Amino acid sequence: MYPYIPNTKKDEEKMLSFLGIDSVEELFSDIPKSIRLDRELDLDPSKSEEEVRKTMKDMAKKNLSADDYTCFLGAGSYDHTIPSIVPHLISRSEFYTSYTPYQAEISQGTLQAIFEFQTMIADITGMYASNASMYDGPTATAEAALLAAAQKKGNTVIISKTVHPEVREVVKTYMKIRDINVIEIDAKDGVTDFGQLESNLSKDTVGVIVQNPNFYGIVEDYTEVEKVTHDNKALLIMNVDPISLGMLKTPGEYGADIAVGEGQPLGNSLNFGGPYLGFMATTKKLMRKMPGRIVGQTVDKDGKRAFTLTLQAREQHIRREKATSNICSNQALNALAATIFMAVLGKNGLTQMAEQTAQKAYYAYNKLIETGKFKPVFQKPFFREFVLESEIEVERLNKELLKHNILGGYSIERDYPLQKNQILLCVTEKRTKEEIDYLVKVMEEII
Amino acid sequence: MKNYDQLIFEISQEGRIGYRLSQFEDDNTNIDNIIPKELRRQDELNLPECSENQVARHYTLISNKNFGVDTGFYPLGSCTMKYNPKINEEIAGLSKFSRLHPYQPVETVQGALELMYNLNTMLSEITGMDEFTLQPAAGAHGELTGLMIIKAYHQKNGDYNRTKIIVPDSAHGTNPSSAHVAGFDVVEVKSNRNGEVDIESLKSVLGDDIAGLMLTNPNTLGLFEKNIEEIAKLVHEAGGLLYYDGANTNAIMGKTRPGDMGFDVVHLNLHKTFSTPHGGGGPGSGPVGVKKNLIEFLPVPIVEKEKETYNLNYDKPNSIGKIKGYYGNFGILVRAYAYIQTMGGEGLKKATETAVLNANYMQKKLKEYYHLPVDHICKHEFVLGGLKGDLNEVTTLDIAKRLLDYGYHPPTIYFPLIIDSAIMIEPTETESLETIDGFIETMIKISKDAEENPELVKNAPLNTPVKRVDEVQAARKPILKWEKDS
Amino acid sequence: MKVLEGLLYSENHEWVRVEGNKAYLGITDYAQHALGDIVYIELPEEEEEFDAEDSICTIESVKAASDIYTPVSGTVVEINEDLEDDPGAVNADPYENWIVCIELSNNSELEELMSPEEYKEYCEKEE
Repeated sequence: MYPYIPNTKKDEEKMLSFLGIDSVEELFSDIPKSIRLDRELDLDPSKSEEEVRKTMKDMAKKNLSADDYTCFLGAGSYDHTIPSIVPHLISRSEFYTSYTPYQAEISQGTLQAIFEFQTMIADITGMYASNASMYDGPTATAEAALLAAAQKKGNTVIISKTVHPEVREVVKTYMKIRDINVIEIDAKDGVTDFGQLESNLSKDTVGVIVQNPNFYGIVEDYTEVEKVTHDNKALLIMNVDPISLGMLKTPGEYGADIAVGEGQPLGNSLNFGGPYLGFMATTKKLMRKMPGRIVGQTVDKDGKRAFTLTLQAREQHIRREKATSNICSNQALNALAATIFMAVLGKNGLTQMAEQTAQKAYYAYNKLIETGKFKPVFQKPFFREFVLESEIEVERLNKELLKHNILGGYSIERDYPLQKNQILLCVTEKRTKEEIDYLVKVMEEII
Repeated sequence: MKNYDQLIFEISQEGRIGYRLSQFEDDNTNIDNIIPKELRRQDELNLPECSENQVARHYTLISNKNFGVDTGFYPLGSCTMKYNPKINEEIAGLSKFSRLHPYQPVETVQGALELMYNLNTMLSEITGMDEFTLQPAAGAHGELTGLMIIKAYHQKNGDYNRTKIIVPDSAHGTNPSSAHVAGFDVVEVKSNRNGEVDIESLKSVLGDDIAGLMLTNPNTLGLFEKNIEEIAKLVHEAGGLLYYDGANTNAIMGKTRPGDMGFDVVHLNLHKTFSTPHGGGGPGSGPVGVKKNLIEFLPVPIVEKEKETYNLNYDKPNSIGKIKGYYGNFGILVRAYAYIQTMGGEGLKKATETAVLNANYMQKKLKEYYHLPVDHICKHEFVLGGLKGDLNEVTTLDIAKRLLDYGYHPPTIYFPLIIDSAIMIEPTETESLETIDGFIETMIKISKDAEENPELVKNAPLNTPVKRVDEVQAARKPILKWEKDS
Repeated sequence: MKVLEGLLYSENHEWVRVEGNKAYLGITDYAQHALGDIVYIELPEEEEEFDAEDSICTIESVKAASDIYTPVSGTVVEINEDLEDDPGAVNADPYENWIVCIELSNNSELEELMSPEEYKEYCEKEE
């Protein structure tokens, strides 16, 4: 017997006798013998719950988590505070054991939460409308590029090299299969090389993808980029960090056409890279072109406010081979976590979190520079991450930090081979002054 | 409480806080000095201002308006809404799984890599494939990945001519749209009345422009595609590859394997077959398995084992690249892993057998009252064709809505497209005979109501938090966000 | 089902009203009925050029999206912008609410179209 299969032997017999057969095997008689599996699956035998717990805890013990270390690692996944209420509420099985809310009458919980999510994303990005979320930041960016390619005449997407390397990789994979060209623009002093961008823009450009804060943590000024992008009739796609939007100029204020980003910092665990959630918000003009699920407000038969999936004619199950995206789900539970996170932080909380993050990052940066053993690589305002150079290899530095229970930074050299001995450190509001002081002390001692 | 009808924004009051950050004082890092004003936002934020307990109550109240597998029977065809075991949630929540940074040094995440490595091996065994990528975030994402692999394979062979993917007209809508997004043209082949691929129709489209065929087996009518070996042979002879849409894997575990049927690429839906929760629409996970000759095209990185150490290998020159950030929806992989541990090989087979038995039992019970377009033993699901007779214009939609009043989630309706007024029922193995019998009785009662009291059915649902919603208004005048003065 | 006199009809259930060198294009009563409640019409842009049988716009209902194929070639000179806010007008009166106006580039294409009588017969056969 298995704990998730309620039928008893007696039940089975009753059903078999109703069907007029002797064994369940007869129900598989339509599978040709030649392709039947004539042995048992070669898997571990069934375990009790306690055995499963033990086995998997033993496996988990081979990992060291951000609870075992003090995390100064970012590069796209961030150790921000997660209010206790977030995991509690998303653990309600009314939320997590439900399907996509096709049956609006019994899915108002999910639908309303998504409507609130869309409202909040539109608000923080300064865009007109948001969808219900996407797989993650990189795929949301790739989908935005596909949207641009479907919308504009031309066949080239431009992407700045200050965009996260994984985002660029995913965009390239998606564009390659559609035979869309990707031009990468070099970084100059840590920001997008504007001259190079301008000279690469052409009639063939459908979209320009930039990131803020960029991969180096730098807050770029995209005023001029917006201008030249639109002068060339291309779409401006901004990949933005949602926490930073508590204080930074929004894609809406820059005049972007599409805002996308990684929603993980909004109340979602590090999870070894997933599940996360991507978000996407657009101008009013592009609203009906957005991929993915969208929830709208309407009324029920009695005129009562109700929510439902809407603008479905865009979607793959209607358009089939004409759809511009094949996405047919969202990351609803992760989006719910993000929604509750934003609800509980509220407008002042998000701003404070953003400001304190920047302040602590600057505090760490100043202290590390003061040691005289680390040089700043760029002289630009940054938000949460900054790049320092030292005499020793990042890998060695990180090894030493690990010995002191510190998860060190990201090695820039990994993606930009010419930039040796450069470490990208990340400080969120979650890090305490003591933790930062300790990091500084240890880093000073290593060199 | 059932009538709670507020948005979080509507309970907001200026000055309330729901979360308090630690204090931080440092005179040298005044915001105005570190980030210039022109780089900062000027638009005011409009996030709500609520206390923590208000937020708790708000989301608890709206959760009450939701129906999940824990609430009741969810026979949603092709979605495999089986029970989501709680131990899986507990394990995925362990901080040594949930609080791992994706860029931690590999020596600090050996357990996570071991889990991924082993899961790859287990899924390969279940499907008869040689290697899996765990990167795709959902079934549709898996399809896209699989098609990219098929494309890469042909291109490596210099076969740039193969621009078409064959999809049967009974397929999930995702198949043709995935093929389109992957840059292929879609060729539709007709199904016979059993929803099976029509062999002659298939032959007529096979040629040197065909990259592959996408198929679900059992198909969307819940029937096993008996000619699968011949289909595989024909497609392979024409130089194409076979793609297995794994949505219906719950019908075959331990009985047959796509790899043995002749498929070259498969995707699985861990959120269907392997019991991970649907989460209201995600996160899911759609691993893709391939045969040996396609391994080189899998997305990077690949988890590799050398002696007793696990590593991430990015150095795969023929890889299609990355299709998602990092390594996939790891938290979902943990849950699926726990599920396979609980079930074991025999348990998975038992799940399949029970799901198939339940479906056949229901099919036979219901066919007296509803059209059964194809009367044949089914696998894990079956498709009815609406009520028998022309019963006062009561539609399949009405039946679905009336089921809500009885506390059931309705089956999938109006799909597959080849069956008129389709009602697609998938009971899964995790429902008791009492539940199944209760549902059958209700379906019979509704068929009688349709005859005797059609208005009741047409006006359903009556007992839900909201009644039928106006989808036309929602789409004509889209309101996609709350606005302060609306 | 209404078929209006004085118009020409296509096999894809569009009507054409010719005024000099210009043709107003809409969908027939039969078409609007088949589509159900129209929720959005994605109009082309003015000055766009189309060949006969090109998809000139997309009409969306709640659960479907249908391409409308122009039966005549030419350049779009006017679009019915009112439909952007009130697509349901096409349901209410499909003949009053034209969708686009095209400057014809090949008048002989008009000869391919059906008369009201022929169209009526055609629809009966379709059903």
